[in-house]
Amino acid sequence: MDSNNDSFVVDGKLALPYQYFAGRTGSRFIIAIRDEKKIKGLECKKCNKVYVPPRATCEHCFCDIKDNWVDLDSTGTVTGFTVVRYEEPHHPVKAPFIQALVKLEGADTPFVHIVQGVPVDEMKTGLKVKAVFAEETTTTIMDISHFEPA
Amino acid sequence: MARRVAICAVSQTKFVRNNTTQRFQEMELDVLESLREQVDIGFADEGGIGMSINVSNDVFDARTISDAPMTDVLGAHMGCEEKVDQDGAQAIIYGASAIMSGHCDAVLIIGHCRESQGQSRNMCTNLTFDPFFTRPVGLDYCSAAGFQAQAYLSKSGITEEQLAKIVVKSRENASKNPYTPEAPRVTVEDVMSSPMLCDPIRELHAYPVSDGAVGMILAAEDLAVKLTDTPVFFNGHGNNMDSFYLGDRDLTSNFALKGAAERAYKRAGITDPKTAFDIVEISDQYAYQYPMWLEGLGICDEGKAGELIDSDNANGPAINASGGMLAGNPLNLGGFVRAAEGAMQLMGKAGDRQVKGAKTALAHGVVGPAGQFHTVVILGSD
Ligand SMILES: [Zn+2]
Repeated sequence: MDSNNDSFVVDGKLALPYQYFAGRTGSRFIIAIRDEKKIKGLECKKCNKVYVPPRATCEHCFCDIKDNWVDLDSTGTVTGFTVVRYEEPHHPVKAPFIQALVKLEGADTPFVHIVQGVPVDEMKTGLKVKAVFAEETTTTIMDISHFEPA
Repeated sequence: MARRVAICAVSQTKFVRNNTTQRFQEMELDVLESLREQVDIGFADEGGIGMSINVSNDVFDARTISDAPMTDVLGAHMGCEEKVDQDGAQAIIYGASAIMSGHCDAVLIIGHCRESQGQSRNMCTNLTFDPFFTRPVGLDYCSAAGFQAQAYLSKSGITEEQLAKIVVKSRENASKNPYTPEAPRVTVEDVMSSPMLCDPIRELHAYPVSDGAVGMILAAEDLAVKLTDTPVFFNGHGNNMDSFYLGDRDLTSNFALKGAAERAYKRAGITDPKTAFDIVEISDQYAYQYPMWLEGLGICDEGKAGELIDSDNANGPAINASGGMLAGNPLNLGGFVRAAEGAMQLMGKAGDRQVKGAKTALAHGVVGPAGQFHTVVILGSD
């Protein structure tokens, strides 16, 4: 490559304030966490599966499951994880931190969240964890602040 | 019976960390001019390119309708112009479909990406996650791959040394590839001591950030044989999309890749993928994906990729003779460059990395977190 002493680089930034409509199903899930400190799943009775995060339709049989809410325990098991060691502005906490797949008691699908209270180098699949609820709502999954050893 | 389609010309720029001398339009123009030097075809209504496809991504380009600034380069003013995002190999399927169906006789496809433009590639891929449940926890494609790597290594028994050997081999192959000039040779020790990004993925296990462009001209068989002495035929393809949420998937099952490969093999009449190909080009964005994708494609049996790595696949096809994605292509061009490399091999134009007498090739592309969406394209010299 030749030198670039005859051309500019122009600084820019994509930053567009946005309001995402969470939908009725997504909203109900978040409201239960925010107001009742309760994590709920949606059950497909045909497939005998309880899904988290929530969705209105079962992707396997296309059944409408939007009214089949079930209460889940706020404790669960880590089924997979990674230790994120790089820094990025989109991280919710400072690196290094643990992202883990947590399968709640009563659910069939694990979902990704942050695990704290375990040294990152001692993290293991199979760890029993419990949800710690956030003090302030962001009306997202971060209304669960993180999970910690149960 | 649908018409047959052939790749008549391919071209690519060098892939570099930060192209400081060209806008992406100029990178694509270099590709276009090289393609036009190889084959005598223009944009005339009769007998010319009837459709132009741009491969690009709005977030990486930081503008909406990322194909819009490309129309003049693509000869697409007043013409039939299309855009393909996600994996660029999808554009080959799209273009081939237009020719097979008789909509047009020739298609131009050029793709670009400047991964260097954004502050970080991870910030771009974080935006592919939904804003309620997965984006806020900080997921991006790198950390999603970390989950898959962790699970796959513990299932397969692939070792740190074997992961390192993959990178060493990629860099060795890339040293013969003039389009990957910034992939220096490394040792097993270099790889094993490189810093951890997200366990168990190390810095040297990850594909480099790069800028570049790649393109090809497709034509119906009767036109292709007039345009070139070395047509490369599009003999089949398949793709498959897995569930969106990581927790809904079995991350080590290769579900989507197996589905994509099965469809491609059926369409191409392939019964034994272990012996069907001279060239295999896979999109290994992270080192663990090299063995995992090879198992998913059936190039080796499940659980046998470690042996393949240790034996350097001495009796099998040439795998990533280009260096693969580990030696550097942007995310959205991975499968497209793999197909371009496969085509160059079958044309006998692969220079120092040429595999003698190569007649059949498999090109693979993947996008989405932890291998959500896979594309397989089968190419042949007849
Ligand atoms: Zn169902």
